[in-house]
Amino acid sequence: MKLLEYQAKQVFQKFDIPVPKGGVAETILEAEEIAKMVGGPLAIKAQLPVGGRGKAGGILFAETTNKAAEIAGRLLGSRLMDLEIKKVLVEEKLNIKKELYLGVVVDRKNRSYMVLASSEGGVDIEEVAARTPEKIVRHLVDPLDGLRSYHARLVAKRLGYTGREMSALADLLLKLYRVAMEMDAELTEINPLVVTDAGLMAADARLNIDNNALFRHPELDELSEEDEASELSERELEARGLGLTYVELDGDIGVIGNGAGLTMATIDTVTLKGGMASNFLDLGGGASAERIGAGVSFVLSDPRVKALFVNILGGITRCDETAQGIIEAMRLTSSEKPIVVRMTGTNEEEGKRLLGEARIDTLDTMEEAAERVVALARGGQVW
Amino acid sequence: MLEYGTKIVAGVTPGRGGDEVCGVPVYDTIAEAKEHRTMDASIVFVPAPYALDAALEAVEAGLDPVVVITEGIPVRDTIELAARARRAGTTIVGPNTPGLIKPGESKLGIMPAQVFREGSVGIVSRSGTLFYEIAAHVTRVGLGQSMCVGLGGDPVVGLDFIDVLRWFEHDEETDSVALIGEIGGDAEERAAEFISEGGFTKPVAAYIAGRSAVPGKRMGHAGAIIQGSTGTAESKMKVLRNAGVAVGELPGDVARFLKGPLG
Repeated sequence: MKLLEYQAKQVFQKFDIPVPKGGVAETILEAEEIAKMVGGPLAIKAQLPVGGRGKAGGILFAETTNKAAEIAGRLLGSRLMDLEIKKVLVEEKLNIKKELYLGVVVDRKNRSYMVLASSEGGVDIEEVAARTPEKIVRHLVDPLDGLRSYHARLVAKRLGYTGREMSALADLLLKLYRVAMEMDAELTEINPLVVTDAGLMAADARLNIDNNALFRHPELDELSEEDEASELSERELEARGLGLTYVELDGDIGVIGNGAGLTMATIDTVTLKGGMASNFLDLGGGASAERIGAGVSFVLSDPRVKALFVNILGGITRCDETAQGIIEAMRLTSSEKPIVVRMTGTNEEEGKRLLGEARIDTLDTMEEAAERVVALARGGQVW
Repeated sequence: MLEYGTKIVAGVTPGRGGDEVCGVPVYDTIAEAKEHRTMDASIVFVPAPYALDAALEAVEAGLDPVVVITEGIPVRDTIELAARARRAGTTIVGPNTPGLIKPGESKLGIMPAQVFREGSVGIVSRSGTLFYEIAAHVTRVGLGQSMCVGLGGDPVVGLDFIDVLRWFEHDEETDSVALIGEIGGDAEERAAEFISEGGFTKPVAAYIAGRSAVPGKRMGHAGAIIQGSTGTAESKMKVLRNAGVAVGELPGDVARFLKGPLG
């Protein structure tokens, strides 16, 4: 779950990380109110869950309250990088002396957290890593020791800071690490971290929470609706409401599988056979007939879908349950769209018998089934 | 597992001590189970919020390996588990794995037994059902499997490809390996480097899932996500090919390669 900048800054503030004075607005009136309260030169920032919005024109500046309100009005409701701007952050424009980068990320390879710091702030850290890797300081955290004060001082020192500046930067890094741990973050980032006359300040904030840890963060419940929502398509949102693991794609062949790897491989096979999948839908392990039915109905209801491919490898998912789910979904939706089922494994015989009775075609291999569904989607004669 | 011949000697469920399931006694704690039974390994099915605690209990009891089937464990918990296991010298398999199977002997997992046969191919996979799919192909071409290891679909897991390749290198029953990867992270890239450097010398055939995946979107597994430009299927396929691995376009290619050119 990606938090928006203003939400991440609210969290940072709770952890005592200095952020610019400001507030979030959904209307011109709100923007004007905030601008008046903050005063002075202002920054107006589109709240979108993607990087690169500055370059795309989503961060603008204003000298006066009126001008700030006008810019907010222009941004709100408009589209940027394919997303609608629903909120803007109106905050004080900082007097920047220097820009740094600080981040804490999950390091898959080392099975721990990695602290990243750079004197090159304000640009994409991936670019810095590619262009001038020597400008990035890395510190691998020992998960059982955590990040200690002296580790943080070492990082600041390696960035070239000494004395009081070193202590201030180290102090801020420790707070950022606390955010990462206590919020179960996959990514915690300040880019840029700016040096101003008033000290260090988080000019931007990114905080991606581990979805698997959301049960530990009931305080984020009310956020989750609006934030990720803006990144999901309407169908993806609807699927989430139904508890389905669904990703929308561009094609016209519905794909349902059990297991992430198998479902991805099914889509890849359809692509190789000349088709295009409309979606990824992973039923997961041990899906019941109801769940399978819900998935089938959902994909069939997509007007783009011309044919459906259900690929089930029965382990803890049973083929007879799968068949029942498909048949029930067909009955409920009374869809005329062709369905190709490939299933093998637990209770395969019974599943095939049920589908046979319902005159639904089953094939034994994924490759054959993919070829068949691609032909059906093209409306061709298949047998 | 009992049906397959795995010697399950005890179950542990807090509050259910004294019960019996399929003839296997249930205890409240592992410590108590150990007083009554002799055991080596552990398999964890505990729901995600409590899985760290359960797995640590097994690590502390000296059981090895500890196979964690549970999906949905917070990555911070897995990081702590991996670190504590490393300190104790325990192998963690998973989380979010179907487990381990040595066909014809024993399984510590949830895979459907009927797709496996005793044989000479070692399988190592990040995925579950795709691994069964490819195992079924390997069985169909008449090769069978020496040992199969599900690494798990989470971003952080206890074992990676290199750990298992090292084991297969010295396993006399393994003649060749099927490596099943997917988008996200760089475990396949590191395996390719390991193979290039001569760390693994037996023939390898691979399949990588997710060529049609959308960058930035999680494709089912918590770990299956292309971040920025890293973790694409194309880059993984390319580096594996450069390392001399036969990379299939279709899942069925893996068994075809192992039976044909690599056999």
